[in-house]
Order: sequence, then C-alpha cells, then structure tokens
Amino acid sequence: MAYVAVKGGERAITNAHRWLAEDRRGDVAIPEIETDQIREQLSLSVDRVMSEGSCYDRDLAALAVKQARGDLPEAIFLTRAYRTTLPRFGASLPLETGQMAVRRRISAAFKDIPGGQVLGPTFDYTHRLLDFTLAANGETPVEGALEAEEAQAYPMATIASVFAHEDLLEPDTQTDGAPAPFDLTREPMAFPAGRDQRLQALARGDEGFLLSLAYSSQRGWGSTHPLCAEIRLGEVAVEFIPDELGFAIEIGDLTLTECQMISTYGGGVDTAPQFARGYGLTFGHCERKAMSMAIVDRALRDAAAGEASAPCQDEEFVLYHSDNVEASGFVQHLKLPHYVDFQADLQLIRRQRRDYAERAAAMKEAAE
Amino acid sequence: MTARPNEPERYYNYAYLDEQTKRMIRRAILKALAIPGYQAPFGSREMPVPYGWGTGGIQLTAAIIGPDDVYKCIDQGADDTTNAVSIRRFFAQVADVATTEETAEATIIQTRHRIPEKGLTEGQVLVFQVPQPEPLRGLEARETETRAMHAYEEYGLQYVSLYESVAAHGYIASTVGYPTMIEERYLMSPSPIPKFDNPKLGQNPAILLFGAGREKRIYAVPPYTNVRSLDFEDHPFETQTWEEDCALCGAQESYLDEVVLDDSGERMFVCSDSNFCAERRAAGHAGPMAGHQLAALDKEPA
Repeated sequence: MAYVAVKGGERAITNAHRWLAEDRRGDVAIPEIETDQIREQLSLSVDRVMSEGSCYDRDLAALAVKQARGDLPEAIFLTRAYRTTLPRFGASLPLETGQMAVRRRISAAFKDIPGGQVLGPTFDYTHRLLDFTLAANGETPVEGALEAEEAQAYPMATIASVFAHEDLLEPDTQTDGAPAPFDLTREPMAFPAGRDQRLQALARGDEGFLLSLAYSSQRGWGSTHPLCAEIRLGEVAVEFIPDELGFAIEIGDLTLTECQMISTYGGGVDTAPQFARGYGLTFGHCERKAMSMAIVDRALRDAAAGEASAPCQDEEFVLYHSDNVEASGFVQHLKLPHYVDFQADLQLIRRQRRDYAERAAAMKEAAE
Repeated sequence: MTARPNEPERYYNYAYLDEQTKRMIRRAILKALAIPGYQAPFGSREMPVPYGWGTGGIQLTAAIIGPDDVYKCIDQGADDTTNAVSIRRFFAQVADVATTEETAEATIIQTRHRIPEKGLTEGQVLVFQVPQPEPLRGLEARETETRAMHAYEEYGLQYVSLYESVAAHGYIASTVGYPTMIEERYLMSPSPIPKFDNPKLGQNPAILLFGAGREKRIYAVPPYTNVRSLDFEDHPFETQTWEEDCALCGAQESYLDEVVLDDSGERMFVCSDSNFCAERRAAGHAGPMAGHQLAALDKEPA
C-alpha cells in the first residue's frame, strides 16, 4: 500500500465542491428540476424544511431542498443559516388558530363535533400501493375533489370551546402583560425551561426524534395515555402593528398544522381532576410532527410536576437533543481529523497493553 | 502572508455577523475574561458551517476581527487540514483579512485540538474551538447539576475520577482534554488539546478564548493567569513524550503525529505543528526522513 496523504488542501476542497454540484445535477439528459416544481409537488418536504428551519418561505425552502439534493436535514440547516442573517423588524400579534380557514379538522375524542369532521387532503385512508401511473412520463390526470354541498362555517369551534361550558379541559386563557416569549435563537437553553422555551424547541425539533420519543411514551416509557382531541390544518392570518400606524394590519397568511392532545390529570389538593393538554404546532402540513410534538409536550409537563422517570419526560434530555442541526453537525464532526487525539490514545493503549503483558507474564511466572 | 483580497461586493455584514450579535458576543467575552474559567452563556447563532465544526471559534473570531488583523487557522496543529483551510477561506472572504501560516505573524490564531509550539506573545489572541465546554459532563450529564457544582466549587467528583484512574491503572490515564483549575477557582476544560499542551495554558502572554457554539458557552484564560492541571502529590501531572524525533525536522520536543507509511507496520513521526516543522526545516534542521514527500505537502499551490 502506498503512502496515503492525510492532509487535504484548497484544491481538494474546490474539487469536492465541483463534484458535489455535478452529482446534484445528475444526468444532464434529464431536465433540471425547478424550484417551483419542488414547491408545488414536493410540498410536504417544503413544509418540513420550513417548520424545522423556523422560516416560513416556500420558495426559499424549495431552493434549499434542491440545493441539498433532497436531504431534508441538510435543507433545514441551509434555511436556518440563512434565517439567522435576517434582520428583525418586530413580532406579530399572537396567531388566532381558532380563526383558521380550515381544510382539514378531525377529532378522535368525539364522534362528531361542531363544524364536523373534515378529512381534507390526507394519506390516512389511502392504501399504500405504489401508483405506477405516476411513474409514466407526462401529465398524470388529476380528478378534482368534489365541492361540499354546504359551505363550511367559519370560524370552526376549537376543542377548547367545545369543552368550555364544563371546565373539563384545562383552559388556555391569554395572560395579560405576559413577558415576551423566550427566543432560543437569541438566548441559550436554560433550565428549568418555561413552556414557551419548550414549545419553541419542540417546534424546531427533529420530526424523527420527536416521533420516536412520542412512540416510546405510548409504549409505556412515561405513558400519558394521550387522546387526539383535535388536529386542524388550514390558513391563519398574520397580524402586525407597525409603529408608524399603531393599529394591526394583516400582512399575510400562514398554513399551519395544529394538534391538541388531551389526557386525564387526576387533580391535586387545590385542583379538580381535568383533562390536561399537550400542544403541537407546525408550519405547513406536518401532521406526524405536530402530533409527536403534542405528546412530548404533554409528557414534559409531568417533568415540571416532578414526576419524570422516562426519557420523554426528561426536559434536559429531550430539549438538548431534539435539534437536528445541532445533532447532525456534532455527530458528523467525527469526520474531521482527530489524529492528535488519536495519537494520544494510541500512546495510552500501547502503555496499557505493555502493563497488561507484564502483569500476565508475572502471573504466569508465579503460577509456575 | 497572503494579502487581503479586494472584494468589491458584500452580501453579508463585515465578518459575517451583524453588529448587534458581535456586541453580544463581545460582552460575553468580557464577562469570561473577568471570571477566568467561568463558562459564560451566550446567544450562539446558527452559522454557515455545521455545529461541531468550529461555530464557537468562528463566532469569537468574527466578533474580534478587524481589517488590520492577520489571521491564522489550524486544525490538529496544521494549517493545511481541510477544515482549517475552509475556515481560513471564510474569513479571507467575509473579513477582507490577511491570512498567514506563521504563528509569530498572526494576531488571531484559531485552533482546534492544539496550541502552537512556538510561544505566543502579548497582543496575540488564541481562539479555541470547543466541542464540550463542560469539564464535568463526562461525570454528570445534567447541566442543572454541573452549573451548581461550579457555583459551589464542588469538584470532589473530578478528583475521585482521577483517583479511580490511578487505582485502576497506576497512573492518571487521561490524554486529551485533561482537566485544569483556573486561578484555584474554576475547573475548566482546555478543549480536546493533548495534555502535552496544558503547560502552555498558564502564564501565557496571549489571550486565550474558548468558544462552544453548539453548547452556547464562551470562556477565557486572560494573559498571565495561573492554570493548574489536576494531579496528586504522589502522582504528579505528566505530559506525553516520544522516543522518536520528528522524521522531517528532527525536533525532539514537539507533539508528534504518527503517519502510517504502509500496511506492514512502517510509520514515521512528524510534528503536528506544520508551521513549526517547516520553519525548523527552513532553518536547516533535518530529521532522519528529511525530504520525504510529506514535507512537500506543506506548500501546496493554490
């Protein structure tokens, strides 16, 4: 084996970048994918990148997906690195998801609830059979969905308002004069984490990590026996008060997925038994993520009550390890050279092996 | 020294970070310098390189660099390792700064895993990239616990760990990131430098800044500060030594990397500090394998 150069240089990096660009493009005989095709046809990829990238911009997310060759955590990283350079000119008013123009809304807690069960665009009842007609080139005919006979009544009652008359569900009343919410992108993680900090961390958290944590909780590792009280998907108006005007104006709409998980809370000395809530919210249509987030939020509330025992109830464990940009970077930094450290380890292990051999020889001698 | 590139267009602020962020980082640096060894939390930003690849060091450099600085960046002691090349390029591009490989010439040296062999001087700043700022993390996983341990100067666990190593091996079997005590107050991780470099931390004329981007902590050792590597009276602190000399420059007192030459056990030992080695060779020093092609790799055409 010939000598292997362990040190790389400028030319190697430049060439690697070129090679990467070539691989991204793939076979040049195939038309290049356009970002508006990604935005329209890989919309759930775009939604995940916007959610975990903490940046609502479909075109930017589509670009990130294209540049990352479809690697979503890489696309999320690109989006975050861009987002952090953006100036901040203010905060919107809190979003009113109760006012959402709902496209999908289901509740598993009630057979029917005011506003009805609306399936909307969901994979839920599809049979997962590969549709080979999609693989055929050219336009795939799409049959439009039928219009409802009666137009949907808005706003559609939220699960909270359904319960409102009975005090069965813990309220989510707005706190007047509440301090500005914690911002993880400006301040380091601090413990114990408030719910604002926790929800922000979960909203930015990796879908796969939260999914597995939520699953572990369902299987008994810190079970909270959650019930899906409501999932809704739709458009919500964003309102902002510019200093120049002094009153709220609408500056756009966001597509959001919201999930409310409920589970029984046995009550305490001063509190009656109630249903407690876990909350999930994402940009775009990210139902798996929103549900996982809500379950983990609910599980972490046990931690706040000092009842933590399972991984999903451990605030430091969950919040410190949920961010895939941090996790991906740190796991992959092991690709960087470590030969100074390795040399130190080599020296140590050789010394320990010498010691071991001497001990073994001495014992053998003593035995004979 | 490579002259400052003249970039007419700038899409980002000078040195990439916006000025408010730089101010926030500078405040954290001042706090860290005022309480040597204390891990100051800071609002670490998402950077255009991955966490774990120097985001803490890059943010420190970005907060202190100016157009008149001369910047050097090393990884594993070498200027030509890929990530060092990448970070050096970044600052040449975003901060219009002159870059160098010469330790003495640099005003800011960013490093991962090493302290240069050549002694630093007053006015120089050594910026360390830190993966895990918490020296106690390997012993206690919870940040809430370790913060309390620092606050109460509760370092018994660390000493017990060293004692257990002595009991198991007959010596302290710690090689890199060897725990240090700063001014007899804060236990500090020196970052994963080999313990060979620990003695260079104390009474150093340069400012030593440590940045952990992912963990969002900054800490510092100001010039001429006392730094003690933990040990016991009967098991004093010791550093790595080699029986070999550097194969290229013959140095006997530098940290050596082992380079595998073939798959039948042939190897050579060379200085991990590439600039130190090159300067010695330029001054006429030669090791047993002087002229080996590895020496030629130092100066790669751009």
